[in-house]
Amino acid sequence: MSGWKVGTVTTTSTQTASARAISLEVPGWPGNLAGQHVDVRLTAPDGYTAVRSYSIASAGPGETVELAVDRLPDGEVSPYLVDDLQDGDQVELRGPLGGWFVWRPEQAEHVQLIGGGSGIVPLMAMMRSHAASGSTAPFRLLYSVRTPDDVIYRDEIAALDDSSLDTMLVYTRMAPVGWPVPPGRLSKAILAESVFPASEAPLIFVCGPTGFVEAVATWLVELGHEPSRIKTERFGGK
Amino acid sequence: MTHLDGNVLAGPLSELGDLDVTTLVGTCSGCHDASVMAAAMVYPDAPGLVVRCHVCGDVLLVIVQSTAGTEIFVRGVTGLPLFA
Repeated sequence: MSGWKVGTVTTTSTQTASARAISLEVPGWPGNLAGQHVDVRLTAPDGYTAVRSYSIASAGPGETVELAVDRLPDGEVSPYLVDDLQDGDQVELRGPLGGWFVWRPEQAEHVQLIGGGSGIVPLMAMMRSHAASGSTAPFRLLYSVRTPDDVIYRDEIAALDDSSLDTMLVYTRMAPVGWPVPPGRLSKAILAESVFPASEAPLIFVCGPTGFVEAVATWLVELGHEPSRIKTERFGGK
Repeated sequence: MTHLDGNVLAGPLSELGDLDVTTLVGTCSGCHDASVMAAAMVYPDAPGLVVRCHVCGDVLLVIVQSTAGTEIFVRGVTGLPLFA
């Protein structure tokens, strides 16, 4: 798996005021499992390089890789990827990476996805893989975002919610008019009401900022979920 | 200081060969917790990555990346078949 490949941007799509989905054509890409990530390397004209890890929003065979990147205000790489990268531009990619935070279509057990902000990206790959494979594994998503305008992959998640997915959104700053839960941070009580119970022994994937992931993982264990059934992936603001 | 987790080690350690470190189980020399490396805490501070036990915080590995390549210092972890 080592070594860098060159990816060429084919399409981009603005998701929110700060996030963009980017599709790349990567010759030699072996396909990837849902939940894997990729390292992206940018090289400046003076030879300075910066490497960052990004989750892959797509899954399956083929040489197309879709990323979704959220701009970090003080970021070194993400502002370029979100604001400047254009169709036809090239970046270097290393991957697919990571075989732990992954879901495979042959897994039949209940799956609970819990995402905070752009932590939705690897979970999106799992939802897409679940739908594309015709899996009958019960899938549920709990997605915490600041406002309705911050929902990445909003239309696609809404479409999946009508077919193969059970979705619960938690708004931390501003909720739509009439939303049953007032805006506020995800709590243990809301978590307990929203996720599959421990009696179902769901496989749980949690992805988001470090503080979010650690709070959720602690609550899940307190709610009786086996630590070995909880897989976590944190991202930082560097 | 914000930390990440062992998932982020997959790329840098892929330079060792066809190896996915995130699924390997290592045992902490300090508290003897045995966990997949994906669960470890990773502090991404230049010029490298400090990998700590998610239970007791002891240093498991230090990874230093430079233009010369990737150096791995195995500090407080056993059972990792890194060079198998």
